[in-house]
Amino acid sequence: MSDIKITVNVDEYLALNKFEVDEGRAHIELVEDPDMAEFLKLVRVCPAALYKVDEDGKASFDYAGCLECGTCRIACGGTIVKEWGWPGPTMGVEYRYG
Amino acid sequence: MSDFDAIVVGSGCAGAIAAYELASAGKSVLVVERGNFAGAKNMTGGRLYTHAISQVFPDFEEEAPLERRITHERISMMAPDANFTVDFTSDDMLVSGQDSYSVLRGSFDSWLADKAEAAGAEFIFGIPVEELVKEGGRVVGIKAGEDEISADVVILCDGANSLLTESAVGFKRPKGDTMAVGIKQVIELPASVIEDRVLANEGEGAAWLFVGDATKGHVGGGFAYTNKESVSLGIVATISDLATSDTPIYQMLEDMKAHPAIAPLIRGGRVVEHSGHMVPEGGRDMMPPLVADGVILAGESAMMCVNLGYMVRGMDYAIAAGMHAGRSAVAALDAGDTTAAGLTGYVQALEGSFVLKDLEQFKRFPHFMESTTRLFNEYPVLVRDAMNTLFVVDGSPVAPLKKSLVPLVRKVGVMNLVKDLWKGMKAL
Ligand SMILES: Cc1cc2nc3c(=O)[nH]c(=O)nc-3n(C[C@H](O)[C@H](O)[C@H](O)COP(=O)(O)OP(=O)(O)OC[C@H]3O[C@@H](n4cnc5c(N)ncnc54)[C@H](O)[C@@H]3O)c2cc1C
Ligand code: SF4
Repeated sequence: MSDIKITVNVDEYLALNKFEVDEGRAHIELVEDPDMAEFLKLVRVCPAALYKVDEDGKASFDYAGCLECGTCRIACGGTIVKEWGWPGPTMGVEYRYG
Repeated sequence: MSDFDAIVVGSGCAGAIAAYELASAGKSVLVVERGNFAGAKNMTGGRLYTHAISQVFPDFEEEAPLERRITHERISMMAPDANFTVDFTSDDMLVSGQDSYSVLRGSFDSWLADKAEAAGAEFIFGIPVEELVKEGGRVVGIKAGEDEISADVVILCDGANSLLTESAVGFKRPKGDTMAVGIKQVIELPASVIEDRVLANEGEGAAWLFVGDATKGHVGGGFAYTNKESVSLGIVATISDLATSDTPIYQMLEDMKAHPAIAPLIRGGRVVEHSGHMVPEGGRDMMPPLVADGVILAGESAMMCVNLGYMVRGMDYAIAAGMHAGRSAVAALDAGDTTAAGLTGYVQALEGSFVLKDLEQFKRFPHFMESTTRLFNEYPVLVRDAMNTLFVVDGSPVAPLKKSLVPLVRKVGVMNLVKDLWKGMKAL
């Protein structure tokens, strides 16, 4: 992926959405030390760009900004996505257009 | 005695309609929706074909928050540096019951939920159903927040990413080659600008799909639907194949927005929302059982959706399935039997309707798309090259058409072309 030019900053788009982040509980949890090949799959499929690899090759994931689509659950539910649930009551994304 | 005759999980297309049918027949029904209002968690392409909704609400055209009547069908073969578009208009597409409208789910789902509420359904918003309550293998209610609530029948309309169908009918998490991910942005533009750009009359608009470079040659496609004062622009891509892509889906969308065929459509527009949602695309073979003791599945919780590349359909299936689920539940409640046997009327009704017939008919199509990667790579390029030989004039003497086209087709392989055409026809 390193030769791919990422020109878009998805965080700026996510800032346009309405979110109520459930600070108390992560509704998605990964296993410790996730396998890099699996992690890279999530980098490619997550529409919110929440799975990131920095310049030093370090993987990070932040559930704030999650669009609750379930794609990471389908892609890696059997491997590195350990827990996948809905955010708590009234939490998460709220689409105004949809 | 149960707390309610029926509980509906999820107030999308299927759920609100199932609740409307039950409430209209005088049954007590509770709808639990995890969004703070109906539609808050939902996204679609989207175009709604009217034939299903008009069975439930004949006057929906006057009442429902519809965006634009679709009068232009556009399909494009997109190469990185070229785009070939077919633009189809037809009076047949405009006949009542054959026509379609673009919709946005925030307003549309709220309207649907209001209809169910007006008919007498009760709603709880903002709380996800965490589990189903079972007794001796039979579904007898739900658990949401602190509460356990019982019902004689539970109707699962919780959509493509259902976390409850495994407990309900033993349906395992679907695989990545049977599900696609959709990404979409809503881009605001003045109404008259939209109409001018897609050559539509006032209140009318276009549905536009892109095959090829939109997904960088991966299985899937791009879409654009015109709303009243915005364009819904996005990409749908099969998850297992996308996971092998060099380009992440969000960068695909950004690149697509800059493609010379699309940039002028959204020029000067303002992105107002960025969304994601899954699309089941496996057809009849990937569907779970539709009923079990005390429980019915309707809409995408049962994977009722087709993705044909040139069309994604799920809302009309969900609406029809919600209607049949509601009506069959009423009949089963009246007969005092909501076991799987008592609920088979639902399965029979769907088998007799377009829903299961279509899902059966299209069941080979996802595999055809996935195994025919030429659709997304070689063919858009072939079309580009063929069109270039026709339209690019540089003053050099023109070669006979046959002489310029035959080598192009040879590059892909005549047999490949014939085989793919044949396979595609068989899968439709
Ligand atoms: C990108 C994209 C493009 C599409 N384009 C089109 C198109 O042009 N035309 C078309 O006909 N179809 C299209 N579809 C498909 C269509 O959107 C779906 O088929 C349709 O919305 C399914 O309806 P449903 O009622 O089954 O599920 P949904 O509409 O998804 O409703 C499910 C509801 O359940 C709620 N819910 C989920 N879990 C819980 C829980 N545990 N507790 C409480 N509530 C819960 C959700 O919040 C939601 O409101 C598209 C889909 C996508 C993603
Ligand atoms: S659910 Fe969707 S948006 Fe949320 S992290 Fe997973 S892939 Fe990304």
